Parts: sequence; C-alpha cells; structure tokens
Amino acid sequence: MTTLPATTPKKLGLAIDLDTCVGCQACVTACKGWNDQGAGLSDQDPYGADPSGTFLNRVHSYSVQPIEGASQIVNFPRSCLHCDDAPCVTVCPTGASYKRAEDGIVLVNADDCMGCGLCAWACPYGARELDADQGVMKKCTLCVDRIYNENLPEEDREPACVRGCPTGARHFGDFADPESKVSKLSAERGGFALMPDLGTRPVNRYLPPRKKDMRLEASVLAPLLDIKATGFAGWLDRVLGKI
Amino acid sequence: MHPAPSVIIFSVFSGMGFGLLAMLGFGFAQAYGIAGFLWWGLGYSLAIAGLLSATFHLANPKNAIKAFSQWRSSWLSREGIAAVATLVILAPMALSDWLNLGWWRGFGCVGAVLALFTVFTTSMIYTQIKAVPRWNHWVTPVMFMAFAITGGAILAGLPVALWLIWTVGAALLAMWWIGDGAFARAGETMGTATGLSAIGEVTVFEQAHTSGNYLLREMIYVVGRKHAAKLRIIAMGLAVALPALILVLIPAPFGFALAAVSHLIGALAARWLFFAQAEHVVGLFYGQR
Repeated sequence: MTTLPATTPKKLGLAIDLDTCVGCQACVTACKGWNDQGAGLSDQDPYGADPSGTFLNRVHSYSVQPIEGASQIVNFPRSCLHCDDAPCVTVCPTGASYKRAEDGIVLVNADDCMGCGLCAWACPYGARELDADQGVMKKCTLCVDRIYNENLPEEDREPACVRGCPTGARHFGDFADPESKVSKLSAERGGFALMPDLGTRPVNRYLPPRKKDMRLEASVLAPLLDIKATGFAGWLDRVLGKI
Repeated sequence: MHPAPSVIIFSVFSGMGFGLLAMLGFGFAQAYGIAGFLWWGLGYSLAIAGLLSATFHLANPKNAIKAFSQWRSSWLSREGIAAVATLVILAPMALSDWLNLGWWRGFGCVGAVLALFTVFTTSMIYTQIKAVPRWNHWVTPVMFMAFAITGGAILAGLPVALWLIWTVGAALLAMWWIGDGAFARAGETMGTATGLSAIGEVTVFEQAHTSGNYLLREMIYVVGRKHAAKLRIIAMGLAVALPALILVLIPAPFGFALAAVSHLIGALAARWLFFAQAEHVVGLFYGQR
C-alpha cells in the first residue's frame, strides 16, 4: 500500500561521515556486488564505449571554497535517505513502492512495478534508478537481506556499503532510538538532512567535515628546511663554515 | 525532464479527447446518426490513443493493470481509474446520440464532469512533484484544463472556442512567467542539496561517474531547452493566435477543422517545452539543472 505509515517504531538508516570519507568508491562496489545477486542490477555496454548501469549508491566529489582559506575536497556518497515522508512511495500507482511499518525501510516490490518512473521523478535525491534490462525501479534496500539474516555472522549483519567502508565513514543504526550509535554520532557531530525544505523528512544524516586545524603563517615545510647537521656532517659543516 | 514523445502525445491527445467528450457529454454539441457516431468516435479515439501512448512509456507494461489499485495516495492511479470510468459512463450517452434514442442526459453530464476530472488528475501527476519547482504550482492544472476545454470546444465546433482560446494563451503566459523563476524561488542550491553551504561555495570537483546514467537521461535532460524561445513563439502562434484568426476568417465547419489541427500542433510544442524546460533538483548534485 502506497500510503505511508504514520510512524515507525524503528527508523533504520545511515549516518555518513563526510570528514572521514576518502571517496574510494568501495561502498559503491560493495553495494553493487551484494545487490547483483538474483535479479541483480544490470549494466549496459559495461566494457564498451558508452557504459551505463544501475547503481544504488553513487559517490560525488565536491570542492568547497570557504570565504577565507584554501578550498576543501568533500567526498559525498549519495543513496536513498529512507525518508519518513517519502514522496516516491505515495506517487506509486501500482503499490510496488512501500515503506515498511516495522523499521521504516523504503522498498520496491519488483513484481508489482510497471516501470513508469514516476517515483524517480518524485525523489529529490536521485535515489532511484530504473533497471534498463528488467524495466523495474531499483533502490537502496538498506541490505534488508543482510541486516536480519541469521545465516550471516553477526558482524556482517549490516549494509554492504557500511561493512565494506575501509575508513569507517558509514554507520548503520536506528535513528528512532536516541541512545543508538548513529543517533549519538549525529547529535555530537551536528548531523544534517539534505534539502529539508522539501518536506521529505529524511532519516539518513550526513556528518559535516570537521573544522581544519589552525594554519600557520609560515610554510608547513619550514621545519624541514632548517636542518641542523650532527656528528661528522656537523663537524664538516662547522669547519667548512669557518674557512 | 526528458520530453518523452509517448508522454507528450498521451497528455495532449487524451486532454483534447476528454475535452471533446465533456462537450458532447454535456450536450453542448449534439449530433445524431452517423454524424453523432463520428463525433463521439473522435472523442473516444483521441482519449484512447492518448492512453495507449502512455503505456509505451512503461518499462514493464505487464504490470499496468495494477495501476488501478493505489487511488488512495497516487494521482497516476486516480487518473487511470477516472479515465476508464469516464469512457464507461459516457458509453450509453454516445449510443443514445448515435442511434437517436433520446436517453436521459444525466449519464452525459456525470461523464463530462468525470472527463474534466480526468484531465485534472493528469495535471496533478506533475503538479504534486516538489522536486520539479516549475511544475509545483496551481498554474499547471489551470494550463491543462484550459487546453482540454478549448481543444474540446474547437473539436465540438462551438463558437465559444474563439473566446476560450485566449484562456490557453493566458495560461501559457502565466505558466512561463511563473515557471521561469520557480527554481530560484524554491531555494534549493548545490549548497542545500549537499548540506555543505555552511562551509562555503560548493562546486563539482569530479563527477560521480564518467558516463551517463538513468538520472542524467531522465531528469537532467538539457538538450530540449536549446530552442525554448523559438518554441514558445511557435506554441503561442499555432495553439492560440493562428486558430483564433482561422475561426474569425474561415466559416464553419472548415474553420474549426483547420483551427483544431493548428491548435493540436501548437499544444504539442507547448507540452514539449513543459517537459524540456522543467528542471529537477537532482541536477544540483551534478552541478547541472
């Protein structure tokens, strides 16, 4: 049913640390790898001149120029934010799109999807991509087939992107619980939502880059240039200096 | 947004078709026998051709039947139901006019109201999308309704079409005037999309992928906007000015037929622009609109 649940007891989602992310794309490949099982995520012309494919997660790189000081590079993973007020769900005419009442995960039932693409239009975040081979909409499932999967070792029961992140920039948890790791992280670091004015009430939070250290007036290389030789080299330095 | 021909043809043809069905349903234009058959047939043909065209837009049409299920939340589902209900409820009226049975026009009036409601649901599919600021305004349904009622009146050969056609002109001007500033008024920028505006000015350092994807093809389609100014003149000329001139100079029924053709081509140009000029906020992640 494409009406949204009034509230969900759990709000599962991701906290993505823009300070720690190095833009290595490991989350992109981990996501594609895990979700490529079964029906999978198709690619078109993957090794040809004009490759294209279905991805549930994309990592952008931005240059941010503060008013003072040097510009910063911010790597920015973008995927479904599992919005509380998900516009992609309510527009769906077939009932394929839904938000789970128990944990708030937004999913697509491929057996009901007619591939009209209206949900992708309704999403401000570009979280949904139509699979060109299968003709149905694909989106982040928050690895619903991992997080509750008792056949996996406990440490693997988190989304593939979180498990695969080498720098620990991605955190998975329940935002409805103020004591959860992600809630605390978000509160501590000033986690923010994307385009909140559009009224989608995203669950995922982004943790802003930390403030840079104070920059010294002199070159950071200065201590390295002022070398004091010791031992034989020091004796030679002193002797030659006196001649 | 990508101006897909299937969706442009769907919305223009079905809009005009439902407009004509509304005029016939209310009984503003009445014809019996073979003329009645042809008139109703034209209305049904346009409406059904439009709806069939819409199914070509679907990537997985085998599930299209399920689109009638989610009327509680989805305007697209409501449109499907309203369209089919209109065609069914108007059928007795069409039969009555064709065979001159003189049945009660209540069916026709209910069906006519439903026909106009169908066009309204079509417009709401676009109007509801906040991520496309140009569409997210009450002027969108006004424009769709103006086109449907005017197109219907021209096809029905009603003299009032000459006056109605100016509502299309006014709606188009309002749509363009309001729409051109809509994205800026919505206030979303690369800074709000990424949340990085607190640090400074955000620009793209490197794109997320080196080749195209669904988002770029569907929502960040910039090619169609290239000739926007010329297309606006063509749309206004063919949908409004020329048909008005034809209706004044050329007597019925040829005047109405010529005006209808001109109006239809103009409407297609205007609808192309409706999609091509609409900018989706997802483009901000790519530094594009």
